[in-house]
Amino acid sequence: MSEAVLDSGAEIEAPGTKGVVDDFARDKQVFGVPWGKAMMWIFLLSDTFIFSCFLVGYMMVRISTTDPWPFPSEVFSLTVFGTSVPLLLIAIMTFVLITSSGTMALAVNMGYRKDRNKTFWLMVATALLGATFVGMQAFEWTKLISEGVRPWGNPFGAAQFGSSFFMITGFHGMHVSAGVIYLLVIAFRVKNGFYEKHGGNYEIVEITGLYWHFVDLVWVFIFAFFYLW
Amino acid sequence: MAYVAIADRDHEIEHHDPQTFITKYIWSQDHKVIAIQYSITAIFVGLIALGLSAMMRLQLGFPDQFSFINPENYYQFITMHGMIMVIYLLTALFLGGFGNYLIPLMCGSRDMVFPFLNMLSYWVYLVSVIILLISFFVPGGSTGAGWTLYPPQAIMQGTPGTDWGILLMLASLAVFIVAFTMGGLNYVTTVLQARCKGMTLMRMPLSVWGIFIATVLGLLAFPALLVSAIMMLFDKTLYTSFFMPAISSMGADPGYSGGSPILFQHLFWFFGHPEVYIVALPAFGIVSDLLSTHARKNIFGYRMMVWAIIAIGGLSFVVWAHHMYVSGMNPYFGFFFATTTLIIAVPTAIKVYNWVLTLWEGNIHLRVPMLFSIAFVFTFIHGGLTGLFLGNVTIDLPLSDTYFVVAHFHMVMGVSPVLVVFGAIYHWWPKITGKMYHEGLGKWHFWMTFLGTYAIYLPMHYLGFAGVPRRYFAMGNTEFLPDSAQDLNAWITMSALFVAATQILFFVNVIWSLTRGPKADPNPWNATTLEWQTPDTPPKHGNWGHDLPECHRWAYDYSVPGYEDDFIPQNVPADVAPAGRDHGEGH
Repeated sequence: MSEAVLDSGAEIEAPGTKGVVDDFARDKQVFGVPWGKAMMWIFLLSDTFIFSCFLVGYMMVRISTTDPWPFPSEVFSLTVFGTSVPLLLIAIMTFVLITSSGTMALAVNMGYRKDRNKTFWLMVATALLGATFVGMQAFEWTKLISEGVRPWGNPFGAAQFGSSFFMITGFHGMHVSAGVIYLLVIAFRVKNGFYEKHGGNYEIVEITGLYWHFVDLVWVFIFAFFYLW
Repeated sequence: MAYVAIADRDHEIEHHDPQTFITKYIWSQDHKVIAIQYSITAIFVGLIALGLSAMMRLQLGFPDQFSFINPENYYQFITMHGMIMVIYLLTALFLGGFGNYLIPLMCGSRDMVFPFLNMLSYWVYLVSVIILLISFFVPGGSTGAGWTLYPPQAIMQGTPGTDWGILLMLASLAVFIVAFTMGGLNYVTTVLQARCKGMTLMRMPLSVWGIFIATVLGLLAFPALLVSAIMMLFDKTLYTSFFMPAISSMGADPGYSGGSPILFQHLFWFFGHPEVYIVALPAFGIVSDLLSTHARKNIFGYRMMVWAIIAIGGLSFVVWAHHMYVSGMNPYFGFFFATTTLIIAVPTAIKVYNWVLTLWEGNIHLRVPMLFSIAFVFTFIHGGLTGLFLGNVTIDLPLSDTYFVVAHFHMVMGVSPVLVVFGAIYHWWPKITGKMYHEGLGKWHFWMTFLGTYAIYLPMHYLGFAGVPRRYFAMGNTEFLPDSAQDLNAWITMSALFVAATQILFFVNVIWSLTRGPKADPNPWNATTLEWQTPDTPPKHGNWGHDLPECHRWAYDYSVPGYEDDFIPQNVPADVAPAGRDHGEGH
């Protein structure tokens, strides 16, 4: 990135708040990052509000409903060798998703080192882990549906349990699926030299990574508020 | 790096100049063409909404005289009128239209940062408009739930359009939000990252500030509407109970239980109140520039104006429940939200005082855009004062759901922004089309619209005080209402039809200007901002020819003492002309 060229007048610094404001308002990009990255940050801020509204809505109906709320650690348990292990699948899913954040971070690093091969494979690994997550989520949905959980009701208690579950994990799963496609598109562009032709700039890997880490972070909140509460 | 990056794209843009008619005017990535596409679509649906309001007024003024208006479609007219005006007209026109046109030109950029995404934004918006219009023709017609779409009634039997109308309405809103997000990300990133050399944030014209902050509000507020639309779609189609309590419908049990209708109101108004400012802030910004330009005076208190916009934007997120005083929420909320609501009056009053002080001893040119701008100050003060009544819980309770509320919000976010829209169209028309409009016709249009709106909305305040409830199809024989209330209603209807009809003058002016209007001067108002300094009028693709402009001063160097002209454009270097009072810099 090139240096910001400052207007001669703008270099005089005022003390206090005014100095801070002038500094932000200066004759330069407000954020010293590429346009795409700035835009991704702003998009993620907006997306944060979407997920916050979903979670607040879920908490509100959990309070307002008159039927008892199902006990998550019983509903979300897997029976392994005859013993029921609470939240086993969710723990594995969370582990997989957080691991994918690790491979994504490595991919960003390799991208900046311009190691196209490693970047490609790390991004593919991230996408595969993401796809595994979505696959396990599909398994979880299937299991719950076979047990009679529906958006409009379930045998365990308040109807809002199923409604919120399918809506929130579904919306998050769509984000993960979109992220997998996004990762693969960028990974193959990295591999076939698309970015070499456009100035050898691999910041797009980091931008993809921002989205991926965000989806990951949202899962942590869903995990905490839906499964642990 | 701001301008370095843009300069890098220089040669790329020249090589990608659109050649065919289709890439130039239909699938165009040029922000100016997209702005015009947005504006034409928005004004088109706005005219439909205007027609709907005329139908409502016919029923209210002359009850039961018209066989084509029955209670069912009266509610459909009300709902679609409100929704179209607020979202598909005003939001789209201010942000998609003026935002698209003005941000790159006023910031000295070649285009938005991601032109392809920008183009996509318009076409997705068009899809949302088409879905909306289809809902008029489906079985059962469009939804008649009122623009606020409150559950449970919005999706229950008995409300018009519960079969298909409400589904299409919610789907259309979701698609609109996707479109807005794509555009909005572009506007915000362009303002933050792609200004020309010398264009510090505190040198930006207030139009850009207003549009910028409004877009930020949109990006943070529309998510709540998206979420409530999705949840209501599920309540309707999957019989979930997010918003639906146990309820009986026509003697049957539809199977809902335990949902919270108040939750919808909270989500809706968490979007709905910032939405008011999404419409108002661009109007604030644009009117500041218009007043300053046509009064040949710098805007009074530029820095305060910027901070007031930011403060109003921030406060708009903590006042939403003042729409819900009668909803049955916890009464302590009313105290909190009344307090925050009244605090908004402080930055708003700062803005109004500054507009008036900008006019004070100015060299006022009463051209058409200036007339509309001054009229805005009147109608906005008027609507703002009635807002003080409604912001207080105890006064709001008796006035709630009466015509006083209708009069209030039409003055403050109907008439006022629309006056600015007209002012802005007349102001930038010469730049957009390269032609002048007819001054006389414009003045007739102004006076009839301005006086006409008072003829409509002033009497509504009295109706409200008398207790006439809003949204009623007919009053019937109500004992507490005098017969004269009906006479007033007839008067309002006559005025409304008159004002609606006078808008023809505007379109006559448009056609006259496009066919036989004189060629416009590149800078007919002697304005300082960069969009008037383009090498071509109307500006070509890439806006600035070979070299990008450099900004050397704030946007308000009017009547600077010791300089030959009474204006100094922003791109005139400091050694050629003295700087006026440049509040934007640190010295």
